[in-house]
Amino acid sequence: MTDVDEVLTRVHHEEWARVVATLARRFGDLDIAEETAAEAFATAVERWPADGVPPNPGGWLTTTAHRKAVDRIRREARRTEKHREALMLADTPEPVGADEPAGAVEDDRLRLVFTCCHPALAVPAQVALTLRMVGGLTVPEIARAFLVEESTLGRRITRAKAKIKTAGIPYRVPSREDLPARVTGVLAVLYLIFNEGYLASDPARPAVRGDLTTEAVRLARLVHGLLPEDGEAAGLLALMLLIEARRPARVSASGELVALGEQDRGAWDRRLIAEGHALVRARLATGQAPGRYQVLAAINAVHTDAPDVRDTDWSQVLALYDQLVRLDPSPIVRLNRAVAVAELDGPQVALAQLDGLPLDGYHPFHATRADLLRRLGRSAESRAAYDRAIALAGNTAEKAYLVRRRAQSAGG
Amino acid sequence: MAQYLVSVLADSSQLATEQEMTAIRAFNLRLKAEGHWVFAGGLGSPDTATVVDGRDGEALFTDGPYLESKEYIIGFWVIEAADLDVALRLAGLGSKHCNRRVEVRPVLGA
Repeated sequence: MTDVDEVLTRVHHEEWARVVATLARRFGDLDIAEETAAEAFATAVERWPADGVPPNPGGWLTTTAHRKAVDRIRREARRTEKHREALMLADTPEPVGADEPAGAVEDDRLRLVFTCCHPALAVPAQVALTLRMVGGLTVPEIARAFLVEESTLGRRITRAKAKIKTAGIPYRVPSREDLPARVTGVLAVLYLIFNEGYLASDPARPAVRGDLTTEAVRLARLVHGLLPEDGEAAGLLALMLLIEARRPARVSASGELVALGEQDRGAWDRRLIAEGHALVRARLATGQAPGRYQVLAAINAVHTDAPDVRDTDWSQVLALYDQLVRLDPSPIVRLNRAVAVAELDGPQVALAQLDGLPLDGYHPFHATRADLLRRLGRSAESRAAYDRAIALAGNTAEKAYLVRRRAQSAGG
Repeated sequence: MAQYLVSVLADSSQLATEQEMTAIRAFNLRLKAEGHWVFAGGLGSPDTATVVDGRDGEALFTDGPYLESKEYIIGFWVIEAADLDVALRLAGLGSKHCNRRVEVRPVLGA
């Protein structure tokens, strides 16, 4: 990559959402914002290598996109009355780029995030729209990431944009009474993107999708930056960082998933861990009752704090799971809690706690049971549980891991 | 200000109970007081529908609804709201008051 290419990539990451968000506010139209932002970046790719990178790349891009939007509206104004109205709005003198106060620009991006994650849109549409409008991923990139046809993904985004416009989904930060629920919705979209990257559900895809997890972390960082007081936004970022830090150790050279207890902890990314731990500590220091993501982040902080799996403070992990069960008494949380119980009180006690959990279609349930049965020397039952887990698992690397564990169980 | 059609969905033509009617009236008063009210009404069951096709000159009448479905519209509000967020909040209250699911759609160009 040349220097200009590197600058272009970095500026695209840093400025895309800002340019789209500013244009969306000025013109009240996501289509125009998206298309002229894309055109402005295309112009930069053409010009910067020859002309040099402008001193304020973000301002240059916003100004260029703004001019393109005005040109486009002017062209279309000859056709319809509606566009003439839009043109009048666009022609009102508007400070451009660097002259605008930073706060206003931040608000624009926040508005954009809330619009893309509006609960009146279906969740797959929220995900696609967020990755396109806020993340700046192209339609082919998003389609590849979720293994859907480009045309399907394109239609999904077009339909969502049309609904935003026609149904009047507002381009603003929600009112105080709606805010908590809406933030929860935004965080759920980001967590979904991250999880799809961290354990890709499709057997045809690589086990871990670094492009998606990286993008999810970047978006979580942005949302945390925009809502610094929100504990759960901080919690989700910390959670992602502490899981992402372990990505280098997650898949073995032979493509097999490596369980937390067997990972090479030396391969973990210490910088991400330090950042995640700092966020968890900062949340603890507030003394406010933590939400789900904060507790999950704290559990991951305990794991990443142990230099060796034998150093894991399981009583701390269990205490945190107890807290989590109070917030979210779902069977999956109780399943994960049982793993900590097994470390403290033995596999027999843990196994008893799995009885009756309605998770027959969930492969980690069978994998956990299989492991507990193996440790109790109940090989035949263990193998049967592994078979069930292998049949249900979608991820190739995870299947490979389970097959090996099943083989180990044969001897015991 | 945009206008939205809030359709009330049901799987039977059972009329609103006394209690539901009282709640609906209270909600209508609130819509009027807050400047959201345009129009509202309850509808006869699909059995009472007539489909009319006048595209070829003389109108052709067909007895019954234009499509058979388990759920159908038994009433509606037309409300005025600044944006979909406001419309959805009002629709949520409407649904609660009439004790049925509702569907919100924008009225174009209103």
